Amino acid sequence: MALDQFLVQTVNGLVSGMILALVASGLTLIFGIMDVVNFAHGDLLMLGAFVGSGVFMSSGNFWAALISAVVVIAALGALLQVTTLRPLLGRDPLTTILATFGISLVLQNYALWQWGPSARKISEPITGQFQLLYLQYPVYRIAIALLSAAIIGGLWLFMKYGTYGIWIRATTQDRVMASAMGIPVPVVHAAVFAIGAGMAAASGVLFAPMVGVTQTIGLDFTLRAFVVVVVGGMGNLGGSILASIFVSLLEAYASLFVSPAQAVIVSFIVLVLTLLFRPTGLFVPTPK
Amino acid sequence: MLSLREVHAHYGKSHVLHGVTIDVGPREVVGLLGRNGVGKSTTLKTIMGLVRASDGSVTFEGRDLIGVATYRLPALGISYVPEDRRVFRLLTVLENLRTGLDRAGMTPERRQALLAKVYDYFPVLRERRHQAGGTLSGGEQQMLAIARAMVLEPKIILLDEPTEGLMPRMVGQIRQIIEILNKEGVAILLVEQNVPLTLAVSDRVYIMEKGAVRHQATAAALRADDAVIHQYLGV
Amino acid sequence: MTSATGILRTDGLTVRFGGLTALNNVSLSVPPGEIRAVIGPNGAGKSTFFNCLTGVIRPTAGRIVFNDEDVTGLPPYLISRKGLARSYQITNILPGATVLENVRIAAQSRRHNWRMLRHHRAYTDVLDRAHRVLASVGLDGKAAELAANLSHGEQRTLEIAIALATEPKVLCLDEPTAGMSVAETHHTVELIRHIATNLTILIVEHDMEVVMGLASAITVLHYGEVLAEGAPAEIQANARVQEVYLKI
Repeated sequence: MALDQFLVQTVNGLVSGMILALVASGLTLIFGIMDVVNFAHGDLLMLGAFVGSGVFMSSGNFWAALISAVVVIAALGALLQVTTLRPLLGRDPLTTILATFGISLVLQNYALWQWGPSARKISEPITGQFQLLYLQYPVYRIAIALLSAAIIGGLWLFMKYGTYGIWIRATTQDRVMASAMGIPVPVVHAAVFAIGAGMAAASGVLFAPMVGVTQTIGLDFTLRAFVVVVVGGMGNLGGSILASIFVSLLEAYASLFVSPAQAVIVSFIVLVLTLLFRPTGLFVPTPK
Repeated sequence: MLSLREVHAHYGKSHVLHGVTIDVGPREVVGLLGRNGVGKSTTLKTIMGLVRASDGSVTFEGRDLIGVATYRLPALGISYVPEDRRVFRLLTVLENLRTGLDRAGMTPERRQALLAKVYDYFPVLRERRHQAGGTLSGGEQQMLAIARAMVLEPKIILLDEPTEGLMPRMVGQIRQIIEILNKEGVAILLVEQNVPLTLAVSDRVYIMEKGAVRHQATAAALRADDAVIHQYLGV
Repeated sequence: MTSATGILRTDGLTVRFGGLTALNNVSLSVPPGEIRAVIGPNGAGKSTFFNCLTGVIRPTAGRIVFNDEDVTGLPPYLISRKGLARSYQITNILPGATVLENVRIAAQSRRHNWRMLRHHRAYTDVLDRAHRVLASVGLDGKAAELAANLSHGEQRTLEIAIALATEPKVLCLDEPTAGMSVAETHHTVELIRHIATNLTILIVEHDMEVVMGLASAITVLHYGEVLAEGAPAEIQANARVQEVYLKI
């Protein structure tokens, strides 16, 4: 294994890691605040890609596609939370898992009905390649990673310093006390679900030029996002970002030795080891 | 101002409040005494909508509170300092205060003024303003919890056992805080097991037992004759 | 202050959680047949004490001697088998099973054998025992009723019946009248008096009327230590105890 290959895989790992982080952050945020395991997350990503592709086809503008997908899916997310999940608040967690699973099935079939089985395409907004060691590396891939990092960075800043960021963090830590302080908890819940959905949609559009747009692109992400959320610590934003990069790098390196399809096994090995030895998350301080 | 009439409440099947009737007038300090498990905290939680009243009425300034979502109560003028304080452990002291400061209708000037006032009363909070709530000592957390309730500029504060778990010398500080709050015109419904403190700061006192109010009197009357206190709180 | 004749005895029982000392050198001895109340203000260590006795927590130091046998550190199921039963503050019944089944399962635990293929109805002695226990607590009429359909007071009574079905020598009751109305409380006190005839009972309670009405002896805990011990009248006359209750 040459150093060149290692470096290239490092770049690949970082790029996929950032996109996975974008998907996983939304998922962990949703779980952290309302204890909802959102099985429909990957489908929101997929719908975002479809909406984006629709806007792209009519306008030819990638950025318009990205923004409209985010807005539409965020609104859909809020609507779903209010109609389906809010009434289930406080019940057995199994009920919400079933509910989001049901939503997932509905969304997948809706997409099939609406857009049909053929794949769509979104062209990358930044074409061209640059010389990365021995490879011609698409500039767009680097751009995705940077954009994802920017979005996550923006989210982090919002959570840390924004007024509503404080509301979200307070509600995540103690929903009852947040209520007693006048924070409108139901609204915060809907907003967080919308943010998570929006981030998933953004990942869908960003990733679309690389893989095309079909009803199943969400599935691959959902599974790995769950792995990352558990490894990073459920509800822990920083942890899920680090875990995304960690797991993606490991997979990238593994693909030097085995096929990429087999390299996925690496994430599951990490998942099992985490659950056995550090079930609260690898990147979470040891619980006292 | 705050009126409970024959309030009943359940925790699942357990019937914990059996017809509680309590009044708190504007600017009054009213004490609620009783042994462990008699339903004092539950009474406060029922007012706050954290426990659903199964019968009776809870009104504030004439407005029915039963069924009103908890998060609407601060806007009506009710704030709450729970037993075990419940500061937001991962938020800094300042962020804890901001959960109350950053509400609708607040201008930056008012926020600054409120914050300055709170820091004035609790200098230790200014010192520790960038420290996480969970790293504060018990007494400091209690002050933060009270300060957090204060910045909501309430008409009434529901205080649940503020001296519990605190060292005896802090009781004096709590007493001072209650007196200051009252001087500012805030009414207080104080749940406590500490009898001397309660008698010292309250205007009137209710005594609860087994989920209902068994006795009420002015604090002055109880200070003069504490036989009732011994009966309901002693051994 | 230990006496060698107690059916249940603790010697210097100490429990520390990190820097916090929940129980400090608690030594007491309960003679057989006594109803002993353990009282104390909030945080006195009463729950920790019960949890120690029943094997839920391991003490940091000290011994627990039950029926002249050192049971310190034994797991809860073994302690239960030896004859120390406990009822809980939060109802621990099986809501989906009938009243009879709840008690039968507890009674069956005392008939331990490996013949797994026998139908439970074949254990007539177990069934008889279950019915007798239900009769002794006044729930025999509701034997076929689903436990979830009982009123709260009846469910607490069922809890006691379940503990009784294990044929204990010592019964630990953890706040048996918590959340009860005055009427339900009186009923429970009568029930406890009734079953106390062949039993030693330890009871943690906050309701002083219940304590004074039932207990033959009282141990007062305060900040994890034994503050006072004696007959109800002595405890009531003890100024320090009154202070501790009224000033804390």
